[in-house]
Amino acid sequence: MTEVTDALLYLDGVTVSFDGFKALNTLSFVVAPGEMRAVIGPNGAGKTTMMDVITGKTRPDQGTALFRGSADLTKLDEAEIATLGIGRKFQKPTVFEMHSVTDNLLLALKGDRAPRRVLFARETLSERARIDEILETVRLSAVRRRLAGELSHGQKQWLEIGMLLAQEPELLLVDEPVAGMTDAETADTADLLRRINQTRTVVVVEHDMTFVRALDVKVTVLHEGSVLAEGSLDHVSADPRVVEVYLGR
Amino acid sequence: MSAMRTYSVAVVILGGALAVALLSLLPAEHALHVPGYVVALLGKYLCYALLALSVDLVWGYVGILSLGHGAFFAIGGYAMGMYLMRQIGARGVYGNATLPDFMVFLNWQELPWYWGGFNHFGFALLVMALAPGLLAFVFGYLAFRSRVTGVYLSIITQALTYALMLAFFRNDMGFGGNNGLTDFKDFLGFSLQSDATRAGLLVASAALLSLFYVVCRMLVGARFGKVLVAIRDAESRARFLGYRVERYKVAVFVFSAVMAGLAGALYVPQVGIINPGEFAPANSIEAVIWVAVGGRGTLVGAIIGAILVNLGKTIFTGALPELWLFALGGLFILVTLFLPKGVVGLWDRIMARRVPAPPLVAAPVRQPEAGE
Ligand SMILES: Nc1ncnc2c1ncn2[C@@H]1O[C@H](COP(=O)(O)OP(=O)(O)OP(=O)(O)O)[C@@H](O)[C@H]1O
Ligand SMILES: [Mg+2]
Repeated sequence: MTEVTDALLYLDGVTVSFDGFKALNTLSFVVAPGEMRAVIGPNGAGKTTMMDVITGKTRPDQGTALFRGSADLTKLDEAEIATLGIGRKFQKPTVFEMHSVTDNLLLALKGDRAPRRVLFARETLSERARIDEILETVRLSAVRRRLAGELSHGQKQWLEIGMLLAQEPELLLVDEPVAGMTDAETADTADLLRRINQTRTVVVVEHDMTFVRALDVKVTVLHEGSVLAEGSLDHVSADPRVVEVYLGR
Repeated sequence: MSAMRTYSVAVVILGGALAVALLSLLPAEHALHVPGYVVALLGKYLCYALLALSVDLVWGYVGILSLGHGAFFAIGGYAMGMYLMRQIGARGVYGNATLPDFMVFLNWQELPWYWGGFNHFGFALLVMALAPGLLAFVFGYLAFRSRVTGVYLSIITQALTYALMLAFFRNDMGFGGNNGLTDFKDFLGFSLQSDATRAGLLVASAALLSLFYVVCRMLVGARFGKVLVAIRDAESRARFLGYRVERYKVAVFVFSAVMAGLAGALYVPQVGIINPGEFAPANSIEAVIWVAVGGRGTLVGAIIGAILVNLGKTIFTGALPELWLFALGGLFILVTLFLPKGVVGLWDRIMARRVPAPPLVAAPVRQPEAGE
């Protein structure tokens, strides 16, 4: 396929319907390499569904979804897309609860996932060093031996972000990372995402406006499955339609 | 679990079986003599334990609740049965050197092609492992690729074993129909009636069980096993990390089916018969109950559960046969309600209580946590 775009992520005319209800309606969404983008919008706007389409969980009825201008995301499954370099944090924090914090990261580390390779895999020194590094970054060094299921909600969110980092994806999709966090944790998370964005492209969905403001990046407002407005937070907040459907409530 | 504990479980199984086997060879009037029927019973329990181990590997570690593992067990058993039938040779009732009695009785003129090769033990052994493995591969490939999980998967595994039961009941399948395969004479040239052969089969069962126990332990302790548990607890998370979940499931399902098949193969010479009843859906459900009683996801619990429940069954069916199924159902409900981790979980709880709790240190009230 010839490169039609130099965007890292390119969605065009994407429609997803559930029993006739359009969760996404000819959605177009483009993210440049190295960018960080915030996505906001009321409940049910289609934010999570958009991530489902990008990661191969949901197949769109219509539309184009390209990664790096060439990989057709509508044809690949979740594992293939993950291997391509797209990592995803779920809206509800999802970690391996019965595994220790370190094992969660170990399983997430970039590497060959084929069963016969994993069968004989031994933890290497460089893997251990990488895990230590990530534990520092997401500030979980003190609880590294604990089972992930015993962590607080905020810690699980951070562990999941750590797992994303371990995957070394080019694009990170982060769905509501600060839900259930204290103000201080929220500020730290914004900090962390900005640091991650120095080397990776990030798309973050969030309802928390203080957090979105702290990110200080271009914002896309989704509503009823399409883009309602796009621009700086100040720009979209001044848009009367955005105020009506979202911010004003 | 430590390597020490792993090997000690294997040593206990193997050592126990060896001891019983040797004692059974003492002269009958000796005080420590173990009668032959006890040896055969123990051998049978160990085969059930291997079946339970195979169920626990898929259910306990990958979350695949197979209610059809009895099918793999039975297929392995039939492969062994076919070998044992060919071993009878001309000693059958009809004295036909190639055709088993039931085929002569049905007026068959020649051996069906799929019976060829079963006079060689090596070939039969291959089939004991490969036939269940192949069935598991085809079934698993179709089911897991279509992402059939949970209750739906359990139901189709039941359907699988039920369909096979109906098929094996048919005379024209060439597996002895209703009566199955029986009247075996000897195994690898050793008479199945002799105490020494029985003792040998018991030790072989123990060796196979120990071997697979150690292999399973190593498997679940390694990174591969961590992936399995990850799939069990958060399948989509594993997928989004790039793991091809269906490949892992197929691989483990096939391995588990081979274990179950070999268990069935060793079971048949010790009980002396294999018939379509072994495919009965209830058998597969019973195997799951053994695992639940012993403690799901512990491996050793599967072995303990299989032995305990079958010991109970032997005693109970002697005294009150018509009540056994009620007792088993009641046991299952009790365990599910009060012992979610089975006997092994109960044991761990008792041990934890005996060891004094570590003193509460004057730790900082809160650990420094993310975002503080
Ligand atoms: N699998 C599904 N089946 C049917 N309807 C669905 C499915 N997934 C999503 N929907 C519907 O599609 C719409 C968009 O859902 P989505 O989860 O994408 O919203 P969202 O913007 O992420 O909302 P929130 O802010 O609450 O997370 C909702 O109305 C939802 O009910
Ligand atoms: Mg959502």
